[in-house]
Amino acid sequence: MAVINEQGLQQIAEIIKQHQMLAGAMLPILHAIQNSVAFIPDNAMPLIAKALNVSRAEVHGVVSFYHHFRTEKPGNHVIEVCRGESCQAMGSRTLERAIKSKLAIDYHQTSSDQQYTLEPVYCLGNCACSPAIRIGDDIHGEVDPGKFEQILDALTTYSLELK
Amino acid sequence: MSRKIYLSLDTTARSRGTDLVAAQVEKKLKAQPELNGKLIRNGSRGMFWLEPLLEISTPKGRVAYGPVAASDVSAILNQQCFDDVIEHPLCLGFTEQLPWLKSQQRLTFARVGVIDPVDVEDYINHDGFVGLTNALAKTAQQLVDQVKESGLRGRGGAAFPTGIKWQTVLDEPEQQKYIVCNADEGDSGTFADRMLMEGDPFVLIEGMIIAGLSVGANQGYIYLRSEYPQAHHILKLAIKNAEKAGYLGQNIAGSQHHFALEVRLGAGAYICGEETSLLESLEGKRGLVRAKPPLPAIEGLFGQPTVVNNVISLASVPYILTHGGAKYRDYGMGRSRGTLPVQLAGNIAQGGLVELAFGISLNQLLQQYGNGTKSKRAMSSIQVGGPLGAYLPSEQWDTPLDYEAFSSIGAVLGHGGIVVFDDTVDMAAQARFAMEFCEVESCGKCTPCRIGAVRGVEVIDKLLAGNNSEAQRQDHLSLLHDLCDTMEFGSLCAMGGMTPFPVRSALKYFPDHFVTPPLNHEDQVND
Repeated sequence: MAVINEQGLQQIAEIIKQHQMLAGAMLPILHAIQNSVAFIPDNAMPLIAKALNVSRAEVHGVVSFYHHFRTEKPGNHVIEVCRGESCQAMGSRTLERAIKSKLAIDYHQTSSDQQYTLEPVYCLGNCACSPAIRIGDDIHGEVDPGKFEQILDALTTYSLELK
Repeated sequence: MSRKIYLSLDTTARSRGTDLVAAQVEKKLKAQPELNGKLIRNGSRGMFWLEPLLEISTPKGRVAYGPVAASDVSAILNQQCFDDVIEHPLCLGFTEQLPWLKSQQRLTFARVGVIDPVDVEDYINHDGFVGLTNALAKTAQQLVDQVKESGLRGRGGAAFPTGIKWQTVLDEPEQQKYIVCNADEGDSGTFADRMLMEGDPFVLIEGMIIAGLSVGANQGYIYLRSEYPQAHHILKLAIKNAEKAGYLGQNIAGSQHHFALEVRLGAGAYICGEETSLLESLEGKRGLVRAKPPLPAIEGLFGQPTVVNNVISLASVPYILTHGGAKYRDYGMGRSRGTLPVQLAGNIAQGGLVELAFGISLNQLLQQYGNGTKSKRAMSSIQVGGPLGAYLPSEQWDTPLDYEAFSSIGAVLGHGGIVVFDDTVDMAAQARFAMEFCEVESCGKCTPCRIGAVRGVEVIDKLLAGNNSEAQRQDHLSLLHDLCDTMEFGSLCAMGGMTPFPVRSALKYFPDHFVTPPLNHEDQVND
C-alpha cells in the first residue's frame, strides 16, 4: 500500500476535520480524500481512525470492502469498463479484450507509463446504448474497439489555447 | 420572453453527444441574437436512439428533431422553427404526438424530459409540490392510508407494499426516524432511477418530504451509487435550490414541519442495494447484510426506525397525493397496481424508458416499443430484473408484466430492466457470469453465497471443459443443481438466494448450450 508525503497528510487532516462531524462520516471522508489525492494512503488511515474513534483495522476493513476505493496511486486516466449483462449483449467481451490488449494491462493494473488504470465496473446505467465505459466522469456509449481508439486519441491530444 | 430550445443533460443522451450539439446551439444563438432563443438542458424523454434529441417550443407544442449532429444545428435553427413544424429531414413532428411516447402512461415520469430539472419554478408550473400541499393538510395516518390505498409496492424489485412499511415506522413511538432513499441502482439493464434523478429530482425530493410527514421523520438520505456522477451533480443542485425555495430545512413550505435531506455516495458495491447493507454503509461500515429481524422499519439507520424505499417508489408518492390513491390503483392488474417504468436495454434497436400500467406482455412491449434487435438478428433470450433475474426463452415472452405472473414461472420482474440478447448469445457463458458476479459482489457474511459462488464458477468450468464422459457430465450437473439449492435456501439475502435464478433458467431452457462447448468457449460470445 502506498503512502503520501507530509504535505499531503496535512491536506488529508484538513479534509477529515471538514467531514468528521457528519453522521456516518466514514464514506464521505474516504470519498473526499480519494477525490483530492486519487487514492487512500496507508498513512492516512490512523488519522481517520482517530477522528472517528474506531480502530485502524476498521478503517482498513471499510477501504478494502468497497471496489471504488484504492490504496495505490492510479494512472492519469482511470478507465472503467462495464461488464454488466446489457453490455455483454452488445459485445463487451470483445471490447474488454481489445482494451486490455491495446493498453497492455489487465483489470486493476496501471500502465507502466502511469497513463492508464483499468477497472471493471458493474453497470453505468447507460444500458440503452451498450457497451459503455467511463473515463473520469465522462460516460461513453456504443463503444467498440474502433471507437475506443478514438476516445483514447482524444485523451492524449491536448488543445492549446493561444492568447 | 425568449423562445425555448431543449437538449438533454441525461447521462445516456450525453454519451450520444448532446454536449457537442448544445455548444453549437449556444454559438448560433450568440451569433444571431435576433432569434431570441434560450437553451434549456433537461432530462431525456427516454427515446435514446433519437438522442441527441433537439426540441423547440412552438405555440402549437414542442417540435422534435433527432438524432441531431452539431452540423445540423444551423439548418434547423431559424425564425420559422419557433412557429411550427418545418421541412427538415430530421424533423419528427410534435414530440407529444410521437406514438412511442403518446401510448405510454407516464405518471411518475410525467415531467422527465419536459422541465428544467433544477428549476423549482418550472417544477411548480408543472403541478409540482401539489402533492406536498395536499399532504400538509392531512394527518400522518391519512397519508399512510392514501399510500396503502394506492397499492404501491416497492419498485426496487422486492415489491413489498410501501404503505405497510410506512405504517410500521409510523407506529413506532415518537423518536428520531429516518427516510432513506435507495438510489443504488446496480442492476444491469436498469436506468429508471438515474433518468428520474437527472430529469426530475424534485419529484423524488417531494416524495421523501411526504414520506417524512407520513411517519414523523425529519431527516432524509439519498444513498446514490458512485457510478452516477451526473445524477450526483444534479441532485446536489436540486437540493440546494429546494432549500433556497423553502421546501427543505426548517418550516417546509411555511408549515411547522422540518425536513433535511442529504445525498451520500456509495462506493461501487452492488450489495449496498440490499437495504440492510445500505444502512451499514450509510453508517460508515463495510456493507455487510444484517440478519432480519429486526426490520429496518423498527431498527434501521443508527438503530432508529427507518423507511428505506427505492427512488421510483418515493417518486410515485407525489402523484398519489395529488390525484388520490384510488386513481393510481386504477392502473395495473392483479396485485400489481399503478405503473412500472420499464427499461429496454441490451441488444435492442429502440432502447429507452417505457412507463406503462402493469399487465402488458413482454411480447407486446417488445413489438410495440423495441423494434427488434440492434444487430438485426433474431432475439433468443431475455433477462428480466437484473443480474439476479431469470433468462426467459421465447415461449415465456407472453408473460404479462406482473409481479405474481413472473414469480409463477420462476422469474422476477425486479426493477423492470429488460435485457435482450440475440441468437449469438452463449447461455453457458451467461450462467457462468452469474456465479462470477456473485463471487465479486458477495458481502461475504454468509457461507452459501460467499463460497457457493466460487464453487459455482468452478463446477460450470468443469462442465464446459469438453473432456467429460456422460457420467461425469451428469455428476457436474447434479452438483450444480445441488449448489443452487444450497444458495437459494441457505443465503441470508437475495444476492446468494437469487443467483441461482439466471443459472437454472439457462440450464433449463438452453440445455444445448451446455452440451458440446466449442473449443474456444469464451471467444464464441459476440465475436
